[in-house]
Amino acid sequence: MKILVCISKTPDTTAKIAFTDNNSKFAEAGVQFIVNPYDEWYALVRALELKEAGLATTVSLVTVGLPDADPIIRKALAIGGDDAIRINSDNDDSFYIASQIAAVAKDGGYELVLTGKETIDYNGSSIGGMVAELIDAPYISLAIKLDITGTTATAVREIEGGEETNEITLPVVISCQKGMAEQRIPNMKGIMGARTKPLVVKEPVAVESLTSIVSFDLPPAKAGVKLVSPEHPEELVRLLHEEAKVF
Amino acid sequence: MSVLIFADQTDGQIKKASFEAICYGTAIATQLGMDAEAVVLGTISKEELVALGKYGAKKVHHITDSNLDHFDAQAYTKVIAGIVTATGSKVIVFSNGLTGKAVAPRLSARLKAGLVTGAIALPDTSNGFVVKKSVFSGKAFANVSINTDVKIISLNQNSFPVATTDGAAEVIDATANVDGPKVKITATNKITGEVPLSEAELVVSGGRGLKGPENWALVTELAKLLGAATACSRPVADAHWRPHHEHVGQTGGAVAPNLYFAIGISGAIQHLAGVNRSKVIVVINKDPEAPFFKAADYGIVGDAFEVMPKIIEAVKKLKGVA
Repeated sequence: MKILVCISKTPDTTAKIAFTDNNSKFAEAGVQFIVNPYDEWYALVRALELKEAGLATTVSLVTVGLPDADPIIRKALAIGGDDAIRINSDNDDSFYIASQIAAVAKDGGYELVLTGKETIDYNGSSIGGMVAELIDAPYISLAIKLDITGTTATAVREIEGGEETNEITLPVVISCQKGMAEQRIPNMKGIMGARTKPLVVKEPVAVESLTSIVSFDLPPAKAGVKLVSPEHPEELVRLLHEEAKVF
Repeated sequence: MSVLIFADQTDGQIKKASFEAICYGTAIATQLGMDAEAVVLGTISKEELVALGKYGAKKVHHITDSNLDHFDAQAYTKVIAGIVTATGSKVIVFSNGLTGKAVAPRLSARLKAGLVTGAIALPDTSNGFVVKKSVFSGKAFANVSINTDVKIISLNQNSFPVATTDGAAEVIDATANVDGPKVKITATNKITGEVPLSEAELVVSGGRGLKGPENWALVTELAKLLGAATACSRPVADAHWRPHHEHVGQTGGAVAPNLYFAIGISGAIQHLAGVNRSKVIVVINKDPEAPFFKAADYGIVGDAFEVMPKIIEAVKKLKGVA
């Protein structure tokens, strides 16, 4: 079984969020970029564990991005993965991106496509579902566990107030979240090896974009915290009841 | 032409977030001069469906089929797509919950209809169709233009007011060819006796400042009095003081309750990313430099072990609990 893991480049979790060009672009100056944590910690590491357990033959990575995404995909290759494909485009419409990934998934005959539960920049949580529809495969969203037996995937997914265990015949698309695996730190051997692993750059397939970002806003600044004396905590309860009216 | 809202149900009960989605979809319909219609899949009583009129739905399209009683994103998508085509709906609204996250992207790809997930306000239709959504884990908003004839929006929970009238919806029993589910559900494990975190209006959360799981009564007692869900920070979940499903933050769950009451949590940026959409944030921390105070609406700089028993007393008094 071949696994395809979708990798996205995102700003570091502690990056300052600011915008340029009349608030139409994310201000990248001075920002460190990382592999989207959900893609890396959960989707990629679980894929590697499945391969190490002899349940997968190869783990391939795919990203949609310009050459500045190469260091990110190399970092993901340093953690593990056999090869990578970069689709050379910087479109931010999720249908466009999903269409590129679906084309790769179809061409490569991947039976398991893993994504993170969302990217920490656009928080779309859309790519997995779109890819599944485009390749006509079942989709398990927000999975916290995944095992493979033969051609059957067993996934535990989050439901409101609990968990549900699903069995699906491959191929399947699964979005991964906390619980799936533990973060791995790449070692020196991995980092050295990643330099020579195949990274194929492909031009995008022609697809229309369905959405476009017009502008960004920052949330209004908080009015500031209203501090209550530790001597009179009951005053906090009064404020929450009478002023904030939350209970 | 209509605005079609997917109303999600479990065990014959429409989910609370779907009422919010119907009110939101109704407001869009008014904006566009269309009618709001809802679609409900699976077994549910007629009264529940008629009652959706209270939230603004003029009609409710209801499809029952034994294959719809268990959730399968692929089967749901096909059925909803059929209703969209039959009704000529121009805008489709989901709640951005677990079902919406599984179905809305599929429907978008199937219909080639532009999708915005995590919407927090009504669309701006003065020049095109632009939807404001939460991005960068609540640290910013993006205004996204949907450029297709049919548009899909999934609404973040707790971001649109629920208002009711005495309307009644006309129920239309629709039929559909439903594929057998490809996903087999082999086990369901629901945590009972607790308020689910994702649906909670009030959340009480504890961090490392509480020093150990033996002190969690300070969190759970307040939560119980308020009917709140309990949550925790990442170090607490990682140390197994509390179960992982309680972890909120960048890598855990995100919440957007009316009240997030944080006890002994410093407020690292990754934690804030999971809670910054809360309407009111209260922070109890003995460190006046704790970053959480910058994001808080109310706070007490003090020792949780001294402050919390007094707060619990005051809430008991307020609620008339002896």
